[in-house]
Amino acid sequence: MMTKAPFEAVVADHGATVLRVCRAVLGSHTDAEDAWSETFLSALKAYPELPAEANVRGWLVTIAHRKAIDVTRARARHAIPTADLPERAGPDLEPSDDAVWRAVRSLPPRQREVITYRYLGGLDYATIAELTGGTAAAARRAASDGLSSLRARSAAFTLGIDE
Amino acid sequence: MTDSTELTDSAELAERLPRLHARLEREAAAAGLLDVAYRLLDSPVGQLLLARTPAGLVRVAFPADHEHVLTTLAERISPRILLSPKALDEMAAELDAYFAGRRTAFSVPLDRQLSHGFLGQVQHALSDIPFGTTVSYGQLADRAGNPRAVRAVGTACATNPLPIVVPCHRVLRSDGTLGGYVGGIDAKRLLLDLERA
Repeated sequence: MMTKAPFEAVVADHGATVLRVCRAVLGSHTDAEDAWSETFLSALKAYPELPAEANVRGWLVTIAHRKAIDVTRARARHAIPTADLPERAGPDLEPSDDAVWRAVRSLPPRQREVITYRYLGGLDYATIAELTGGTAAAARRAASDGLSSLRARSAAFTLGIDE
Repeated sequence: MTDSTELTDSAELAERLPRLHARLEREAAAAGLLDVAYRLLDSPVGQLLLARTPAGLVRVAFPADHEHVLTTLAERISPRILLSPKALDEMAAELDAYFAGRRTAFSVPLDRQLSHGFLGQVQHALSDIPFGTTVSYGQLADRAGNPRAVRAVGTACATNPLPIVVPCHRVLRSDGTLGGYVGGIDAKRLLLDLERA
């Protein structure tokens, strides 16, 4: 029988990855940190039932992706329409990463999901296909299309991604 | 894994994560999801691991193998375990005071769920041995209700989940020699000297 690691080891091993995923989806550091906290709280709650042989990283990345989307929706609900859109100063954002996040966020959902899982979550295409449905080949194609799109915006340069 | 996962500066992430961890500790405790909290404590007998449940202090471990201790806690109590020093401030303060010679008994609540059966009975009896005194393995077997179980008493001491706080170091051989100790014989000698001073 496999033994399950103490949850502390899960946080230590995957905390940084989950924060990267949350930031990729949300951009804002404050929102990303809310999503990070909700991800690990939710994971802690479900952890005793997680099978010992489960892919913990993939499981966390999936929760993180869902929580990040929850935060996005909550923000959209609370948004007040205004005639004049203020220039987003974004003191929360790292200038160097801002463009990348914006570019990733502007991709179609399927590409954004696959890129986030692949390049932030570090998951392989077979695992991504398990999480999102479809085949590994389709996931690879979506990532490739997403990267072309990012490259067209010169963001891939910042990503430093090689196919 | 590729290097291309480095979207953001790792150093900046490393700086954020401790704050997020502290927030998780608070929120997990508030939500009743922190089944086991632990911390490390430097002491004259080495770096101790202290673990607690909501009920009280459940484990004190000598430096040998803290990772193994945590894995065992995950199996026997719950895998919902976080490093959460604040949750053990009171316990750490009492141990610090004990090692500084300012405290002769502990008042923090104990969770004795890791003590079972006859060994558990012996481990409970250990708590009645006053500071600065010692008993023999035979006398303790007597007190636990089975005078012939001297060997089992030795086992109970060796597997005491709460050493120092539950004072198995106060049990000696009937000829007055030290016998064994879960934290090593030097630690036993140090604790007995500390209590004699």
